[in-house]
Parts: sequence; C-alpha cells; structure tokens
Amino acid sequence: MQNVNEAPTFIHQFNKDDQIISTQDLSVFYGGTVQKLFNASLQFKKKTITALIGGSGSGKSTFLRCLNRMNDKVARVDGEIWYHDLDINKNNINVYQLRKNIGMVFQKPNPFPKSIRENITYALKANGEKNKQKLDQIVEESLRAAALWDEVKDKLDKSALAMSGGQQQRLCIARALAIKPEIILLDEPASALDPVSTSKLEDTLKQLRTDYTMIMVTHNMQQASRISDYTAFFHLGHVLEYDTTENIFTNPKGEITEDYIRGSFG
Amino acid sequence: MHEIFLDELRKLNTRFMGMGIDVSEAIEEATQAFVEHDKKLAQSLVKDDQKVSRAATKVEKRTLKLMALQQPVASDFRNVISILKATGDLERIGENANSIAWETIRVKGNPRIPEVEAIIKSMAKKVNFMLDQILKAYVQDDEKLAREVAQKDDEVDEEYVKARNLIITGIKQDPEAAVASSSYFMVIRLLERIGDHVVNLAQWVIYKLSGELVDLNTKDTDEMTEL
Repeated sequence: MQNVNEAPTFIHQFNKDDQIISTQDLSVFYGGTVQKLFNASLQFKKKTITALIGGSGSGKSTFLRCLNRMNDKVARVDGEIWYHDLDINKNNINVYQLRKNIGMVFQKPNPFPKSIRENITYALKANGEKNKQKLDQIVEESLRAAALWDEVKDKLDKSALAMSGGQQQRLCIARALAIKPEIILLDEPASALDPVSTSKLEDTLKQLRTDYTMIMVTHNMQQASRISDYTAFFHLGHVLEYDTTENIFTNPKGEITEDYIRGSFG
Repeated sequence: MHEIFLDELRKLNTRFMGMGIDVSEAIEEATQAFVEHDKKLAQSLVKDDQKVSRAATKVEKRTLKLMALQQPVASDFRNVISILKATGDLERIGENANSIAWETIRVKGNPRIPEVEAIIKSMAKKVNFMLDQILKAYVQDDEKLAREVAQKDDEVDEEYVKARNLIITGIKQDPEAAVASSSYFMVIRLLERIGDHVVNLAQWVIYKLSGELVDLNTKDTDEMTEL
C-alpha cells in the first residue's frame, strides 16, 4: 500500500464561473492537536451532485460538516471556504443565515415530532412567515420537489413519525428545500433505507439537480456511481482524487483510489 | 469478497484463452484445407461448427453473472467488459474460419489460380500470427504489442487488394477460372475480416489496460481496390 503522504493527488478544477463553493487548504483539528483533515482544496460545480467517498475515518464527513460550519463547536477548522465571494470560515459569518443557504440532510431521518405540514413550515414560521396561503404553497412546492406530494397530500396533518423511513428522509429533504437553499449537504442519506426507498430518494436527488447543488457523503459505491456527476476520494484525511464519476469508476488515476473502489483495500 | 471476484476472473480468463487457441487452430486448419483442396479435413471442421459458439456463450454467461453479482469497477470492470467484447470478436473469427471450411467443400471448377492460392496461404499465416500475438498481448498485459499487432493488419489489407487484382487478371486470362474465383473472393474477404476482428481484439486489450477506447480499424479495403 502506498504511503498517503507520498501518494500523488489528482484533483479536478473548475472555472471560477462554474463554481458555487470551494475550499482552500482546509484542515480540521480535534482537541487542538489531532488532525483529521489535511489541506483539502476542492471546488464544487453549480447544479451537480458530488459524491464524497472513502473509508471510515477518511475525513469525508468532517469535510462535509465544515461546509455549513457544523464543526464550530467540536474542532478547529483552518483554511478558506469560499461560497460565492465570501469566505464562510471567517468568524464574522452569521452561521444561521449561512445554513439557510446551505442545508443539510442527515444519515438517520430526523423529522420533528410534529405533523408533516409543520415539519415544512416550522423554520418559516420561526422566521416570521405568517401568510397561510404562502405557507401552504411552500408546503406543496417543497413536497413536490422532494417527490413526496402525491404520497402525503391527503395526510398533511398526520404525524411525520407515522411515515416510513424513506418518506421521512424525503420529508427532511423537503424541509431543507422549504427555506430555499442553494446547496444541500447530504450525509449518507440512504444508508438507513431499504432498496425501494433508496431508489425513490435517488430519483428525487437527480430531479433536484436542475435547481440545486448537492454534495453527498456515501459509503455505497453503487449509489455514488449511479447518481453523482463528480466523485472525490478521501483517504486518511487527504483528498487523493477528484474527477468525473465516470472516470473515477472506470479509470481512476491513483493506485489507492483504484484499490479502494475495487474493494481490495487493506 | 474481492478474492471471490478475482478467482472468478481467473477462471473466465482461462476459458477465454482456451477459446482463443481453438479459434486459432480453426483458421489454420480451414485455410490449409482450402489451399490443399482437402475436402475431408474441411468436412471434419464443419462437423462441429458450433464448438466456438458454445464456448462463447459459456464465457458470456459467466461474464454477465460476474457483472450482475459482483458489480466490478475500475480495472476489474475494464477486464470483464474487454473479455465480453473480445469474446464476440473471437466468435466472429471462428465463424469466418468455418465459412472458409464450407467454401472448401463447396468449391468447384478447375483450373485454379496457384498465385492466388499462395497469397491466401500467406494471408492465413499472417492473421494466424496476429491472433496468436494478440492473445499473448492479452495475457501479458502488453499494450505495445497490441498496437503492433493492429498495425500488421495493413499487410493483410494489402495482400487482400493484391489477391483481388490477381483473381481478376486470372479470370481475364482464362474465363474457366471464374468458377473457382468466386470462392477465392469469398475466402480472401473472410481472411481480411478476420484481420479486422484481431484489430478489434487489440482495441479491447488497450481498453483493458488504459481505459482508452481507440479505433484502430481505419482503412476501408473496398476503397483501396481499384475496380
């Protein structure tokens, strides 16, 4: 096995105009000294799905969480994160405002213990939106975008917890969409779902690509190859390869990438 | 998990190579039968004309199973796909060799044209050599050799054109030779096609090793003939 510090890296670059978010030399330290991410510099293209892959402890989730400042309280994050023309890793950034633009969907579906409708409207109401007609409209739009409307339109006031796991996860996506983000971060969104729900979720993500940029951590290689446009491979805190998904899965350049995706690691 | 895949892949490679060796023998024997007018040998060849096709089906079934169950990626994927595609080309080569054997049985008429038969012999020797070399390139993962083999097809194409012209001259000189000539035309065409299939095999070796899909079959032999 090649030493990660000596391994060559192959990182795809985009034109400035095509980028929506990018990182420059992003490093993450836990407890002040334990470094878990090493100088990650990645650019993400607008309206695409990017998969972040790599083994456990490779730094992919740590990286993802940096993108909407979820490591603030748990780690020190050095480096730059450019969202449009703003370095969002600066102290003066309003992270609540930031998270409206960069939403997140987690591994385990986590709907609020409220009705389906309230799950969508909760954040909007908290932000002062009172117009019922407008709220209804956003509920329908968000649920339609998350491909859930037809399944739940007659039970909007039923508890979200009564839904299936797959539906709950799509509700979480709908909830994220309600506040009109530009970027959606997804941390293993399908790992707790059965194959049918996974397939529906993937169809939803593919449809959302026309309007949103998605960055997704996944352990499922087939999922990464099925739905993402670009794939970044993380290994022991280093990004070793970033390219089109087609290239990564048919002809990766790095030896470690090849070994990992072929499943012959270790 | 990956060991299971690699083990299956090794078995698949062995079957594929076995098929390649059978096909190589088939070309050699079929052309030998044709130029030596050995109908008996030809008959023994066509008797089991489904042999290569049966072997191809077995390889294809195993390949498809491997793809469905193991879902290979990267070099594993290229390996499996190149076997699947190359098997198709090997099967076509086997069919062409069989058609040459059939032509040996069907061919009627005298006189023959010895110069044409000499070229047929030479073409057969060349495509056979190319096939053996490409199988070697496949086993040894030798991209350079694969490209060299593909280049050799130019010589086969040249001989094809030369043979066509010789046949036409032969018919002009002795119209009686026209009967045998229809078989000559058929056989040189089949040999030329075998050369093209070997070039396809070279392309799959290159794809397997580099991920690059190249088109090395660039010449149109019909355009080269001045008819």
